[in-house]
Amino acid sequence: MKKAILISALLAAATASLAGFAAAQSTLATAPETATVNSIRGVDPETQVTVNPVYHQEEGRKNRNYRAQPPIIPHTIEKYQIDLHANECLACHDWKNAADRRAPTLSMTHYTSRDGVQTDTVAPRRWFCNQCHVPQVDAPALVDNLFKGSEE
Amino acid sequence: MTDTTDPKPGLFRRFWTLLWSPPAAISLGVLLIVGFGTGILFWGGFHTALEMTNNETFCTSCHEMRENVYAEYQGSVHQNNASGVRATCPDCHVPKEWGPKMIRKIQASKELYGHFISGSIWTRDKFVDRRIELAKHEWERMKRNDSQACRNCHSLVYMDFTLQENRAAENHQKALDQGMTCIDCHQGIAHDLPDNYLTAYRGVVERLQAEGAIPAPKPVDAAAIDGYLKTTN
Repeated sequence: MKKAILISALLAAATASLAGFAAAQSTLATAPETATVNSIRGVDPETQVTVNPVYHQEEGRKNRNYRAQPPIIPHTIEKYQIDLHANECLACHDWKNAADRRAPTLSMTHYTSRDGVQTDTVAPRRWFCNQCHVPQVDAPALVDNLFKGSEE
Repeated sequence: MTDTTDPKPGLFRRFWTLLWSPPAAISLGVLLIVGFGTGILFWGGFHTALEMTNNETFCTSCHEMRENVYAEYQGSVHQNNASGVRATCPDCHVPKEWGPKMIRKIQASKELYGHFISGSIWTRDKFVDRRIELAKHEWERMKRNDSQACRNCHSLVYMDFTLQENRAAENHQKALDQGMTCIDCHQGIAHDLPDNYLTAYRGVVERLQAEGAIPAPKPVDAAAIDGYLKTTN
């Protein structure tokens, strides 16, 4: 008799807890909290994101816009190494190689050190070509520019 | 009667006699077939072992390769490009032809010595110091065999110069006319270049010229070009 009472009490407790759990579940389902997760893309996932267009190299030399403008580069330089050890631009543009490679020679100013000493090798301060010279592409300007060339 | 002499011995005895002193034809046949079978097995094993040591995974299993040359190769045109075709380490550094391949593989035992015993390029600094020497070896190999490793895939004859950048087209035409080889211009396309690399390269070429080790440029096969032009026009 005692055993039967114990079993029914346990069953009743189990039913009650299940019911409570179900009730808790249903309240959660009816009133969900609003999620505050930011998309890594920075925009709503449903918005169409346009991929940036790829702009290609323009060939053919372009005139300078002002007399002292560093000329822009009419070919790709993407795979060329310019670092502490090597400068692949000089394989064609150094005065020793320019005629063989039919490339324009560096301006002689690039062989003058900051102390005004003329050397046979390119001056250290002129080593990193792409500090001033960049390849030309058919891309729109990144920022608005009101500059007018000296001929305009 | 049991004492009647039977000229024919029992089945087992006959089999034993055959095994123990077989006729010459059977010996030869068995020798040939078994020899052939083992030959295939051993050659296959040799080839498998050779190929196992001839791929990118094997090359980059040593830190010297993985952290220096393999790291620099990332992003180079032979690793990352528009079409996704790749040239891995052995495509450029191990010849495809059997003879030169065996020679290169035997030479590579020196690299095992460098790795396990002398540790000649064990650290980054050691590697950078020796880079010019290592580069010179590769330039010499390329110059001696007319850049065969490049030419396994690239052929000047089938290049469409009209699809190339102007300066590339001009220079490839010049290379074709003057019998230049790929490595004459394309040094350091997959790995970084060391200090004064161009002077060092020219030094290698001068030395090889003095030794007469540079293959003579192959004459342009005008008939083949004519034939090609006729089929396309």
